[in-house]
Amino acid sequence: MDQTPRTLPRFSATFDPGTLSEIRRAAATGIYDIRGGGAKRKLPHFDDLLFVGASISRYPLEGYREKCGTDVLLGTRFAKKPIALKIPVTIAGMSFGALSGPAKEALGRGATAMGTSTTTGDGGMTAEERGHSNLLVYQVLPSRYGMNPDDLRKADAIEIVIGQGAKPGGGGMLLGQKISPRVAAMRTLPEGIDQRSACRHPDWTGPDDLEIKIEELREITDWEKPIYVKVGASRPYYDTALAVKSGADVVVLDGMQGGTAATQDVFIEHVGLPILSAIRPAVKALQELGLHRKVQLIVSGGIRSGADVAKALALGADAVAIGTAALVALGGNDPALEDDYAKLGTTAGAYDDWHEGRDPAGITTQDPLLAARLDPVAAGRRLANYLSVLTLEAQTIARACGKSHVHNLEPEDLVALTVEAAAMAGLPLAGTDWIPGGARY
Amino acid sequence: MREFDLAAEPVRALNAALHALPPDTNETHWRVANPQGKHAIAVGLDAPIEIQIDGHAGYYCGGMNKSATITVAGNAGVGVAENMMSGSVRIKGDASQSAGATGQGGLLVIEGNASARCGISMKGIDIVVKGNIGPMSAFMAQAGNLVVFGDAGEALGDSLYEARLFVRGKVASLGADCIEKPMAAEDRAALNAVLTRAGLEDVAPDEFKFYGSARTLYHFHVDNAGRY
Ligand SMILES: Cc1cc2nc3c(=O)[nH]c(=O)nc-3n(C[C@H](O)[C@H](O)[C@H](O)COP(=O)(O)O)c2cc1C
Repeated sequence: MDQTPRTLPRFSATFDPGTLSEIRRAAATGIYDIRGGGAKRKLPHFDDLLFVGASISRYPLEGYREKCGTDVLLGTRFAKKPIALKIPVTIAGMSFGALSGPAKEALGRGATAMGTSTTTGDGGMTAEERGHSNLLVYQVLPSRYGMNPDDLRKADAIEIVIGQGAKPGGGGMLLGQKISPRVAAMRTLPEGIDQRSACRHPDWTGPDDLEIKIEELREITDWEKPIYVKVGASRPYYDTALAVKSGADVVVLDGMQGGTAATQDVFIEHVGLPILSAIRPAVKALQELGLHRKVQLIVSGGIRSGADVAKALALGADAVAIGTAALVALGGNDPALEDDYAKLGTTAGAYDDWHEGRDPAGITTQDPLLAARLDPVAAGRRLANYLSVLTLEAQTIARACGKSHVHNLEPEDLVALTVEAAAMAGLPLAGTDWIPGGARY
Repeated sequence: MREFDLAAEPVRALNAALHALPPDTNETHWRVANPQGKHAIAVGLDAPIEIQIDGHAGYYCGGMNKSATITVAGNAGVGVAENMMSGSVRIKGDASQSAGATGQGGLLVIEGNASARCGISMKGIDIVVKGNIGPMSAFMAQAGNLVVFGDAGEALGDSLYEARLFVRGKVASLGADCIEKPMAAEDRAALNAVLTRAGLEDVAPDEFKFYGSARTLYHFHVDNAGRY
C-alpha cells in the first residue's frame, strides 16, 4: 500500500462546515434561513473592556456595608408620572405570540419581585401580563397589532418601536405554526398563516411626523406616561438626536447581538452595529443637547452579567434591557432538556428555531401542551434570582470603583483590551493613553 | 351645545375636557371653532358625544376614537381617525395620507379625496371615500371594508390580508397579492351595510368592482420569492 505521507483533511476557514451546510440548505429549499436569537458570530463586546478599580488615586467603598444605589427614574422630561425602577435592568419587549402565556407571566412575576418593568411586544397586551407586571411598558409598533387606547391608558409607559438591533430596518415575522386562534384574534389575522409585520410605521414617516405622533399619544394619555423611542443600533448619534428632537422621554438602543423571535439569519448577522460601538455616540448626542440623564438611555443587546450592566452604565446608559438572558433564566435552552433538543436536530444552548414554536422549555411556543411545561411561579422566581445577581454584581463593581450609585460609574473607570474595542467605545487601550479612532461626530 | 375656541384655548384643554366626560354625560354636543390645522384634536375619546370641528384639522384628528361622532367641516391632515375603535368620523373636505390607518372599528367617511396610504393596515374599520384615493392604499390591510367612489392610485391593496376593497372608478394598479374578485353575496351585503351606515344609499353596489387577497403570500414559498 502507498506509504506516501498525506496531509490531513482540512476544512476551509472561508467555506467552513457551517457555511457549507447553509449552502446545502439554501439549495434544497430556495428560501432564506429564519431563526430566533441575536448575532451568533463573535463581535467586539463588553468582554473587551475592563474596570480599572480603585487603589491610591481612587478610593473604594466597602463591599457589603456602604450604600450603592441602583434606582432609576425614567421619563422625567415630560411625563407627569415617571417610572421608578429599583434596579437598572428592565425586561425587553417580547410579544405574546413569540412567547407563551406562562413565559409572559413568569417575566412579569420575576420583574415585579425585583421592582422593575416588563414590556409588551408585537401582538398587543394580554390581561395576564398586565396582571402580573407591576410596571408594564406598552409597545407601539409598525404593525399596530392589538393596538388599543384602553391598553394604552393601562400602561405605565409607552414605547414607540422604530427598530430592533437584530434587524434595524426590518419588520416582524411570526410563522404560521405560532398563529394560534388566540394569537390570530389578537392580531386580526387568519389562523396559521405566515405573518409579516410592517417595517415602517403606517401613519408617520420622518422625525417631524414622529414628533406629532408622540404629541398625539401624549394627548390621548393626558401627558401622564413616559414615552420611549426604541431604535436598533444603526446610526446611533443621529437616531438618538432625532428621537430627542421628536420629544422622547427615554431612548432605547438595541445592538445587533439583541435577540429576535424570528428574523432572516442574514439580517441578524449582517445588519446593524454591536452595542459596544453604539453607546458612546448615543450618549454624545444626549450630552450635546444638554439632556444626558434628563432623557434616559436604555441599552440592550447581549447583556449577560452584572459586569455587562456596569460597563453599559459606565459608558453612559441609565439602564439596560434583557431579552435572551431572561429567557435562559426562565429555563430556555436548558441541558436538562437535551433529549428533546436532540429530537429537534439541535442541542441545548444552540436551539434557535423559535419561529417553529416547538420549544421543549415551553417558552417560545403557542402549543398548549408545551407551554404547560413552564411553571410561571418557579420560572419567575429564577428570573428574580438572576436579576438580583445582575444587580449585586453591578454594585460590587461600582463599589470597587468607589461609586455610591451605579450611575456614578463613568468612562474613566474603563479601559479596553483590544484596539477595536478601544476605538469603538472611545476608551484608552489598557496600559496606554491611546484612544484609537478619529473625531467622533 | 358646548363651544370650544381653539384660538383662545390650547388643544390640551379641549382633550382634557373631553376625556373628563363620563360615559353617561349629558354634555353630548360640542362645537370646536378655529381648529387652524392644529394636531391631535379630539383624540382618545371614549364617550358617545357629537363634535363638530369648524375648519381644518391637522394630524391625527379623532385618533383612536371610541364611541364619539366627529365631523370635520374642512380638510384633515395625516392619519385622521388612526386606529379608530368605534364611533364615526366624517371629513367634509379632503384627507391627507394614512386616513383611517390601522383602524379597528367604526366608520370613517371622507367626502372629498384621500391621499396616499388610505386604510393602511386597517383592522376592521369601514372607510368610505367619495372622491379618489392615492397610491399604496390598503397596504397590508387586514380586515374591514374600504369603499371608494372615485379612482384608486397605484399598488392598491399591496400585501393585502382579509380586508375588502370596493372601487367604483379606475384602479391605477394592484399591489402584490391583490386581485379583482367576483362580488359574492356576502361581499355585496358588506358593501350595502357600509353604504347604509354612511348614509349613501343612492349608489348601486353593482357599480363597484371588488378586490381582495389572492392569498398566495400567506405562506413563505420559494416560488413567490420574486414578490416578497
Ligand atoms: C423572543 C423574542 C421576542 C422579541 N420580540 C420583540 C418585540 O415584539 N418587539 C421589540 O421591540 N423587540 C422584540 N425583541 C427584542 C428585545 O426587545 C430586545 O431588543 C433584545 O432581546 C435585547 O437583546 P438580548 O436578547 O441580547 O438581551 C424580542 C426578542 C426576543 C428574544
